[in-house]
Amino acid sequence: MKSAEFEYFRPSSVDEVCTYLANGDSDAEWKVLAGGQTLVPLMAMRLARPTHLIDINRIDALHGVEIAADRVVIGAATRQRVLERTPGLADALPLFAKALPHVGHFQTRNRGTIGGSIAHADSSAEIPLVALLLDGAVTLHRKGASRIVPIRDLFLGPMETVIEPEEIMVSVEVPIWRGAAGSKIGVGFHEMAPRKGDFAIASAAAQIELDANGVCIRAAIGVGGCGPTPLRLHDAEALLIGQTPTDANITTAIQTIDAKIDPDSTLQASADYRRRVCPELTRRAITDAVTDAQSKSPS
Amino acid sequence: MSTMNITITVNGRDRRADAAPRMTLIDFLRDELRLTGSHIGCEHGVCGACTVLLDGDPIRACLMFAVQADGLSVTTVEGLEDETGALSAVQDAFWETHALQCGYCTPGMLMAAQALLHENDDPSDAEIREAISGNLCRCTGYQQIVDAIKLAAKTLSTERANA
Ligand code: FES
Ligand code: FES
Repeated sequence: MKSAEFEYFRPSSVDEVCTYLANGDSDAEWKVLAGGQTLVPLMAMRLARPTHLIDINRIDALHGVEIAADRVVIGAATRQRVLERTPGLADALPLFAKALPHVGHFQTRNRGTIGGSIAHADSSAEIPLVALLLDGAVTLHRKGASRIVPIRDLFLGPMETVIEPEEIMVSVEVPIWRGAAGSKIGVGFHEMAPRKGDFAIASAAAQIELDANGVCIRAAIGVGGCGPTPLRLHDAEALLIGQTPTDANITTAIQTIDAKIDPDSTLQASADYRRRVCPELTRRAITDAVTDAQSKSPS
Repeated sequence: MSTMNITITVNGRDRRADAAPRMTLIDFLRDELRLTGSHIGCEHGVCGACTVLLDGDPIRACLMFAVQADGLSVTTVEGLEDETGALSAVQDAFWETHALQCGYCTPGMLMAAQALLHENDDPSDAEIREAISGNLCRCTGYQQIVDAIKLAAKTLSTERANA
């Protein structure tokens, strides 16, 4: 399994990338190469056959993590492993810190990028799911223009996004939950995979804020691998907000899930199986998030 | 299509060669440089047999094109032994505990283990299993491999204590 032939370019600025992408003629397929952990296997299997590859790995402006007061800005080509090891990540984006160890294996996290995972839009991937739940947004550049797209508007379907062929993602911005006075924030993440680090059959993530009395005042809950895109579960969130989470009301909340998901049958698992595990994974993620919040000292 | 002239520092030596853009790093190492210690299992990032260190970090050499490594530094399994050809502590421990049978997965396992012990000198069983979770072995069984990495950690810590 070898890739088809292609021309290789290694620009050192985003402007150069935009120029290449803008000049692409109809016979050529220009593609951006970031960490290569998805694109290169697809090329090896000839499922992708770009004629021109633009390697963005050496563009300094696309690397780096900046933790500001209210948000974290992540360069699109930042390695997953670099983000995982960023000091302060667990405080600023605890759900990312919790989910990142589930992303592939450490050999792949050393190359795989944050932007690449989001752009690839795999419904069962961890990074798109947590970026969606935390109300993240991506900045896209094209020659002479740029735009910001909230993650909730980014995914169109399996491996399909609103990113245009002339556009390149330059950064991902994720708001930090700072928490009301006296409140506590907790996170949970669970997934089901045949082997640790493999593609998840289904996954669930939750970030919960409890006030000083233990009442849930904010919740972000969602699942992956159970529909064409990662899914945020607003109904389940609404049933928990204003409540002190208990086994009983968590059960009520997860009963809303079945109507929301639309899983496919694949080689790894049937749609029915996904329907069974998805609420249970969500229960575990919520329960973990509540326990995690309760164990924290108030903000 | 055109080839590119690239230089990669492999096991401390600068190696210069022509490569077509589509040539993967693993093919470059094996076919151009004749460093056949690193293996190819799946060629699409699943088995870990092709694991090498890129600037010290373990990566899958089948998921990177050689031209991308131009100017960077790569360590392969051939780079583990010392100048006299003596096995490294990790290699020796694999031998000692029967952590290889056919040896197909071994170079990848060794590089993953090497990278783990570089960061963590006293890994738990769970950490060892996590570190080799991206490497498939189809014959030895993983238990001896875990034992080998534990033994290597012990040997290295004794060496450090005596140093
Ligand atoms: S040959 Fe590279 S992971 Fe299998
Ligand atoms: S020793 Fe044969 S595959 Fe691992």
